[in-house]
Order: sequence, then C-alpha cells, then structure tokens
Amino acid sequence: MSPAKRTRLIQLRYLAHARSGDKGDTANVGLIALAPEFYPILVKEVTRTRVARHFRGMVSGVDRFELPNLNALNFLLHGALDGGGTISLKTDAQGKVYSTALLRMEIPVAPAVARTALARKS
Amino acid sequence: MSRVVRIAAGQGFWGDWPEAPVRQVKGGPIDYLMMDYLAEVTMSIMQKQKSRDPKAGYARDFVPLMERILPDVVAKGIRVTSNAGGVNPRGCAEAILEVARKLGLKGKVRVGLVSGDDILARLDELIAKGHALTDMDTGRPLSDVRDRVLSANAYLGMAPVAEALDRGANVVVTGRVTDTGLTLGPLVHEFGWKHEDWDLIAAGTIAGHIIECGAQSSGGNLLRDWRKVKLENPGFPIAEAQADGTFVITKHPGTGGVVNLPSVTEQLVYEMGDPRNYITPDGIADFTTIQLRPAGRNRVAVSGIRGYPRTDKLKVSIAYFYGYKAVGTLVYAWPDAYDKAKRADHVLRARLHDLGLEFEEILTEFVGVDATHGRLAGPPSPDLAEVQLRVGVRAREKAPVERFTREIAPLVLTGPPSVTGFAGGRPAVEEIVAYWPALIDRNQIEPHVKVDVLEA
Repeated sequence: MSPAKRTRLIQLRYLAHARSGDKGDTANVGLIALAPEFYPILVKEVTRTRVARHFRGMVSGVDRFELPNLNALNFLLHGALDGGGTISLKTDAQGKVYSTALLRMEIPVAPAVARTALARKS
Repeated sequence: MSRVVRIAAGQGFWGDWPEAPVRQVKGGPIDYLMMDYLAEVTMSIMQKQKSRDPKAGYARDFVPLMERILPDVVAKGIRVTSNAGGVNPRGCAEAILEVARKLGLKGKVRVGLVSGDDILARLDELIAKGHALTDMDTGRPLSDVRDRVLSANAYLGMAPVAEALDRGANVVVTGRVTDTGLTLGPLVHEFGWKHEDWDLIAAGTIAGHIIECGAQSSGGNLLRDWRKVKLENPGFPIAEAQADGTFVITKHPGTGGVVNLPSVTEQLVYEMGDPRNYITPDGIADFTTIQLRPAGRNRVAVSGIRGYPRTDKLKVSIAYFYGYKAVGTLVYAWPDAYDKAKRADHVLRARLHDLGLEFEEILTEFVGVDATHGRLAGPPSPDLAEVQLRVGVRAREKAPVERFTREIAPLVLTGPPSVTGFAGGRPAVEEIVAYWPALIDRNQIEPHVKVDVLEA
C-alpha cells in the first residue's frame, strides 16, 4: 500500500495548541502537543520546510527548535510582521495570531491517531 | 518545611487590568507584588511626555494604584517591585513618597530608586569611544539615525533591585530593569543567592518570565479548552519560590482563570527565541531543562532549571523617530460585501496615485476575510454579512499621510454602495517611533547604576 493510503490529513488544531508573540519583525509560534503521544508526530511532520511552505509569501525564513520537556516546538517566522512593532501597518503587527494560522496546517497521520485526535473536544 | 517566598504579579504591561494588584494584595498571603510596565516602545512614549513636562516620564497610573494598595502593603509587610519609573524613576519615586505622606504612612514607606539605565545623554560620548550601538536586526550603526534618537536605555538586571531590598526599601521603583529582574531581585535578596549561581539565577528568571505577563499564565489568552476558563475575575499568577530554585505557580483561592500545565506552557513559549539561550542581564536560562508537574488544583510545580553565565554585554533599547502612518476603515454590507470593499480599495488607490502621493507602503486588509491569516484563510463565503476595508499607509513625510486621511470619508458618497461604519471621523496621523535594539559592553553601564533609598 502507498503511504498516502495509510495516512489521513488532519489540521494541527486537533493535535496541538499554540501561542505566538513577536521580536522585531519576527513572529514566534510555540506549538504544544495536546497529548504527549502527539509530540513525536509534530517533531516528524511539522518540519521547518513544511512550515516555510505553509507560510510562503508571508514570511522570509523559518527556524525550528525542539522542547521535548514541554512537548513543544518553537518556530521563528522571520519577516512576518511588515517591519514589526510600530512600523507595521498590519492588524496583527505583533504576531499574536500567527499561532492559530499555524494550526490551520494539515499533516498526515495514521488513521488511528486521526480518530483519537478528532474525538477530542477542542 | 523550607521557607516559601510568594511573588505575585500585579500588572503585565502598562494598561493592564487595574483591579489585579488590589486583588493580589487583598486576596491572600503574598510577600512581593511585582508590576511590569515597560514594553519595547514604552520608553519613547515616556520620553516624549517628559520633554513636555519634566515631572512626567513614568507610568502615571502607578501612583493612584499605589494610593489604593499602599495601606495594605504597609500593614501586611508586602514589598513592591516595579519598573514603572520609565525614563523618570526619581519623579515616580517622589510621587510615591508624596502619596505615602498623604496617607499618613510617614516613616513606613522606604522607596528604593534605581537609576543609571538611561544613556540618552551619554550617546555621543559612547559613540565617540567606539561603541557603534549597531542595530542587532539590521546591522546598521546608530550614527545613521543619531539625530532622530528619542530615548536610549540599557536593560538592567536584578542586582540593583536586590540591593534596594537589602537596604530596606519596601517599594522599589526602577527605569529599564528587565521584567524578569523584578522577580529575581526579591529571590536573590530573600535567599541570598550568589549572583554567579547560574542555575538559581536561571530558575528565578524563569519564575519571572512565567508571571511577568500577568494573567497570560493563569488562563488569560489561553487557547486550550478556552471555553472552560472563567475570566470574569481572573486570578493573576503567584510564584511560590524556595531557596533551592524550585517554585510553584498558583493563584489566590476563589479567583477565576486557571493554572495548569497548558496555561504555564503557553506562557513559557510566548515571545521565545532559541529556548537554550534565553539571555538576560543576569545570566542565560535553558528552557529545555524546565520540568513541569501538576501539584494540586491550580498549582504547577517547576523544577530542574539549568543556567549559564551571563554575557559581558547588556542590551540597549533605543527609540528613534521614523515617520508617519495612518489607518482608515470603512464597512461594506451584504450582498457582495467583499466585492464592494475590493472595489473601494481600487478606487482609493487610484485616487492616491492620481494625487501623486508617495508612500513607503500602502497595506490593504479585508477584516472578516484575510486580516489575521492572509491567504491561509482561503476564499471567503460569497454570502458574508459585512467586510471591513482597512487601509494603512506609511511615509517618512507627514504631508502624504495627512492627505490620505482626507480620502477615506469621501468614499462614503463617491464610492461603491452599502457602506457604513465611519463614525470616528478622519483617521489620525500617527508619529512612528521605531525600536532599535543594540548591545553595549556591560562595563560601560554598571558603574553608572545607582540605588537610593528615600524615606517618606
């Protein structure tokens, strides 16, 4: 069977919660697994490259850091804030809701994981 | 049982909930009330106020707030640490002393005044000595914008806060002391932690980071299970710390909000950079060593924190005049609300172009369609009830921005139909004060830091 048949795409909102903030023209998004067993899935699937693709045209570069102690990943989204701080003309000049923008991303998971994740109340 | 020091957060920023510090003082036992007032651009706003009135330049709301809580603070032996002093900590300290006298607390209030962070008057001397104060983000030397600098402050750490407490201050008022230094200072004072015990310094720093944004670690802005959190009377966070550097985050009984693993974790990752390298003037904290454990209802235990030696640099927060901006909005109603708003944007841009106005940037957002998530939001429903057109412009000169503000209202009678929501009048032209982060050698600042203890 091809991998496509053995997995199902689900939005990150069913696997993680998140908070974001700013530092100059960079937004950060902390992505936190909703259950410890989801953390390795985030590490494997929510790669720097995929996040950069998710935000293409909106950011100039992405860094990723792992915090296994908190079941969390931290992403830095460079050039995300139209200059940032007081210069930015954006509604979200301080990157407060890049968090939920990342939770829109879809990743492939095993059907059993998808069932567990989608059954949770979010 | 070993001794516990309770540090309560009262304000997470200048403009935070005015009731919070009062409820922290009255709602249960605390030893310290920590109030953070300073964000990156706050100093420049205060500098502007001070240039108009030499007595201004600090968080003025701090004074009436202290008037409300000072009797309880004195009666209960609570000590207050705050960076409300902004660019005029002496003015702020004197205002607090006056309030103390007015309340009949003469002899019972000793204000610790921390100064020396303000280097605006020393900038030319420092640049001449070879300190370029290069922008950490862009690499440009400060000389590029020197004539437009409005404020310049080095970030001080916990040391002067601890010293003021050692010398008997019960209210510590500072300028640009780090948010975390306001929590770490009391812990260093209480437990006698060595300034070079890097693990303890990191632990106190992280305790400070967790509580510095107020309710953001106790249920406010919490995404996970947000429907379940009662926020009418949010309990602000309290760190119950012990001498070994472990601590529990909690809140007063009978308050709303929640302290749990998700609430603390969301705050830990807020504004995070490289988690192994959280740099403060006091040391470096490694966030990958933090261990969280549920420790009862609304209690999270924090332990395991490791840290590394402080660097020989201090960060400097510089604010400079950049230019002007304005944002105009109009609301378009069903049917075809989005199409009408798009047409209005097209018309507006054509008129700005015809007028020959030059802008550094014109940004259009459609609130209800793409303002927060851009193209990730996908195509909007064709049946949207309304869409807000939001157009922002920025320029170095004032004239084009001023002219732009006169082009919004005319769209009501000269643009696409079904338009409303123009109650606020012409948009305001705002001055842009921008932020310039730089580094400076620690030894250029520390000899100038001064702690005075003034008695009411």
